[in-house]
Amino acid sequence: MSARLPSGGLIDRTRTLRFTFDGRSHEGFAGDTLAAALLADGVRLVGRSFKYHRPRGVLTAGPEEPNALVELRAGARREPNTRATMAELYDGLEARSQNRWPSLRFDLLSVNGLFSPLLGAGFYYKTFMWPAKFWEKVYEPAIRRAAGLGSLSTEPDPDHYEKATAFCDLLVVGSGPAGLMAALVAARSGARVILAEQDFLFGGRCLSERIAIGDGSAHRWAQSVVAELASMPDVRLLPRTTVVATYDHGAYTAVERVNDHVAVPPAFEPRQRLWRIVAKRTVLAAGALERPLVFGDNDLPGVMLASAVSTYINRYAVKPGRRAVVFADNDHAWSTVADLRAAGAEIVALVDPRPDARNRAVGVARDAPLLTGVVRRALGGRGLQGVEVEGADGRVQRIDCDLLAVSGGWTPTLHLTSHLGARPRWDAARSMFLPDRLPPGMLVAGAASGGLHTAAALATGFRAAEDSLRSLGITPRGDTPPVAGEEADAWTPLWRAPSSRGKHFIDFQNDVTTADLELAHREGFGASEHAKRYTTLGMATDQGKTSALNGLATLASLTGKTIGEVGTTTYRPPYTPVAIGALAGHHRGPDFRPTRLTPSHEWAREQGAVFIESGAWLRAQYFPQAGETDWLPPVIREVQAVRSAVGLCDVSTLGKIELKGPDALEFIERLYANGWQTLAVGRARYGVMLREDGRVMDDGTVARLGEQHWFMTTTTANAVAVYQHMQHCHQVLWPELDVQFTSVTEQWAQFAVAGPHSRGLLQRVLAPGEDISNEAFPYMGARAVTLADGLRGRLFRLSFSGELAYEIAVPSRHGDAVIRRLAAAGQDLGVVPYGLEALGVMRIEKGHVAGNELTGRTSAQQLGLGRMLSTKKDYIGARLARLPALDDPADTQLVGLKPIDCKTRLVSGAHFLPIGSPTTFEHEQGYVTSVAYSPSLGHWIALGLLKNGRQRHGERLRAVDLLRGQETEVVICDPVFIDPQGDRLRG
Amino acid sequence: MRIHCPHCGPRGHDEFVHHGDAALRRPPADAPDAAFHDYVYLRDNPAGPYRELWFHAAGCHSWLVVERDTRTHEIRSVTFARGDA
Repeated sequence: MSARLPSGGLIDRTRTLRFTFDGRSHEGFAGDTLAAALLADGVRLVGRSFKYHRPRGVLTAGPEEPNALVELRAGARREPNTRATMAELYDGLEARSQNRWPSLRFDLLSVNGLFSPLLGAGFYYKTFMWPAKFWEKVYEPAIRRAAGLGSLSTEPDPDHYEKATAFCDLLVVGSGPAGLMAALVAARSGARVILAEQDFLFGGRCLSERIAIGDGSAHRWAQSVVAELASMPDVRLLPRTTVVATYDHGAYTAVERVNDHVAVPPAFEPRQRLWRIVAKRTVLAAGALERPLVFGDNDLPGVMLASAVSTYINRYAVKPGRRAVVFADNDHAWSTVADLRAAGAEIVALVDPRPDARNRAVGVARDAPLLTGVVRRALGGRGLQGVEVEGADGRVQRIDCDLLAVSGGWTPTLHLTSHLGARPRWDAARSMFLPDRLPPGMLVAGAASGGLHTAAALATGFRAAEDSLRSLGITPRGDTPPVAGEEADAWTPLWRAPSSRGKHFIDFQNDVTTADLELAHREGFGASEHAKRYTTLGMATDQGKTSALNGLATLASLTGKTIGEVGTTTYRPPYTPVAIGALAGHHRGPDFRPTRLTPSHEWAREQGAVFIESGAWLRAQYFPQAGETDWLPPVIREVQAVRSAVGLCDVSTLGKIELKGPDALEFIERLYANGWQTLAVGRARYGVMLREDGRVMDDGTVARLGEQHWFMTTTTANAVAVYQHMQHCHQVLWPELDVQFTSVTEQWAQFAVAGPHSRGLLQRVLAPGEDISNEAFPYMGARAVTLADGLRGRLFRLSFSGELAYEIAVPSRHGDAVIRRLAAAGQDLGVVPYGLEALGVMRIEKGHVAGNELTGRTSAQQLGLGRMLSTKKDYIGARLARLPALDDPADTQLVGLKPIDCKTRLVSGAHFLPIGSPTTFEHEQGYVTSVAYSPSLGHWIALGLLKNGRQRHGERLRAVDLLRGQETEVVICDPVFIDPQGDRLRG
Repeated sequence: MRIHCPHCGPRGHDEFVHHGDAALRRPPADAPDAAFHDYVYLRDNPAGPYRELWFHAAGCHSWLVVERDTRTHEIRSVTFARGDA
């Protein structure tokens, strides 16, 4: 049966929208929320409660809704725990109720209600204690099935989300009378304004209450203000946008639901947008939330906040009931009496506990059957059928009704004032928490500041904007605020009706009752933060928006304190739930972070390279040829080609830093642990850099290209950290040094040309006059060169592979052309591209340390680099590197190792244990850091860190990997497996 | 947080890297071991105004001395670290 009124409301009756709820078809209008459309179609039961599976209906008309949580959409777009009061209706919307089985009307788990004595506060902690291992396997899964909210889609989200940043002079949060007034004053004064409104319509209470502003309705006033704001270039209107968090220095986070009101976002549009708003000033005009009253079975469908009743009537033209009782402790609810009567509902009773209410009642309320007393209990099964009222004279009567509008007064929405840690203060006179210490730059206006009627909202909004503008040096322009109609707002809080049968719910979403708080208090958890954890009061998606104050009032009466002394729990962001997708934005999957491509990437792709992430870089891992289905065969082939012919590898990812200046040498001396005084122009040297704590930070080569011109490389992984460290050294530690440096990692493409034929290959691509013979350009040479086509580059005779090898550098934009030229020129020499795997195999064969050994916890001495530490100079780490602990034989040292059985594969991460010892931590003597199959030796080899390892070459040990269940007998050896004299690289 | 870089202007704190106490001075080479130990390992943890180093990593690469109240995040001054003594 339709509850839609024949006229009125802010809905578009020419646009009928079809939707389903639990598979059943319904119709609504454009402008409806899902909750409004369900109520219009006579649907009152919309969900089952969290713990007791009690039937629940729509309680509110806003973001504070604790009951009407539904799953929206289907398949990959399914979204659980959506508030039906916030879900904007669209054609084709699919919604399902939650937490019921097999159906909403007949929920088998509602028997939980019968066991409620067992399920009281803290029941998790008491009932399921034993046996302990049952928790994970039995109890928790069972509880999660029985007590829960909606279920997630497990498919990837097909929509995308984006992030945006905006700056403004004034951010206005909320678009009720206060917010609109503030935005209008600021905009007319020429300020840059952002107005954020969580609803899809601007206006706040102007949309849902029949109040007057100026010489017309508040709604007409709101429309004209929004139209004026929309016409101004420096105003950004953000509807469907909730400001969810306050951060330092005027930074706010807001979520804009760009396309939550359509089935599928249009192409190239995000579903949601996460805003970072940086505001010089902020006016918080977030309004206030009405509180339910606490009485027996106050959760029955048909019990609704008075303000929500007015909203459904005035905004959505929906009559939520035909026979209504209004139960309120304040005059404001009288407007709901008037709204109900205007909608044609019968007012069966206005129940008011205040003895003086009768004398002051005006208008419709005066004519209403006013009953001084309280509602003790709501009556009914799946929906409200009547109320039990106790009069001031003690007489109890039953009144039949299908709607109970309740109002326990108002709670200002202060969350954004408290996110930086400030606690609100209790105003006993007004019975509300009000902001105390505000975040810098923020002012509060309207109901959020405690002024509940429209005139106060307009005045405080006006003043807050003026004060904000003046503090920015902007002269406020604008008239005085318009006049608002009179409103009754007297209020004497009724924190709790006399006890009666039935459950007295405080927190509807978490099924927390007065009895639970009494239990928590009895058991020593009566402080507000304790009670919250013990009973779950104020948790989950609504975060106590309707329950917090009633809970604190109950705790106050139990402990004999005032509500102010009990104090609120901590407000933390976000104000309302935020989808993880919105926080992630575009940063997901391969776009999680930027991908850096090497200059030879396209060429490598054409060669069939398999790529691997190396930091932010994508590097060629190996280059499989036809028939090579596994990774090992191409790696073996690539290593053998380098050791017997020549190979090409892109090493542009190494950090490259160019230094110039008269003090560049001194700077490098202080930066590195080894000495540089003797390095001649045209030569390069390996260097080790320590942290000030004496451990190795990074390694690389430094070339001297001119008397005051140096070029250094860092490892790929540490490029950013080393550059930052150098800037620290230069700007903070030694600003007196005359040196300039900059990162040129992106500017140079650098390729290793390695193998016995490398010199021959290079000669073919260099200009004819370039002499790179061993005599003219020996090992560790470094100089500028000209390529055959006149391109200028640099050549370094460096070898990571242990072979005769060079690194040639050219400006990045020529990298692709040069790698192609090298590959083409070396065809008859057997040139192959080689990847990161082959590079790693060859460095392990040569015993070079890399990331697996440079962990930030190893010392130069441990790594066999102790002789490099200069004793003739001061440098970063010089002092603490000399501490005996960094060269303690009892600590680990770099070793090589081989399996005793040549066919056995080694695994990195395996721990060294003596043969015959128990496999326990006390016998652990170190671990394997890097492993490789050595094509040159024909078996697996590895590097490791072993206690006193340098003295133990030849010793047999076990390498035990308990994670992979592998144990191998190994023999310890020197870490250099190939060409220990270095004849090849000097040849 | 917003940090007013004297070179780039006000920027979000995610452009910066935090480094800690700006009062630390690297001991001279002939200082005793204990001085280096303190320099590397010992840090104050004040509740209140604190002068600390930040690096404008996603900006001008300046090292800055930021005077920040650790209780409120109020920033009282930002200056270049170069020449700060």
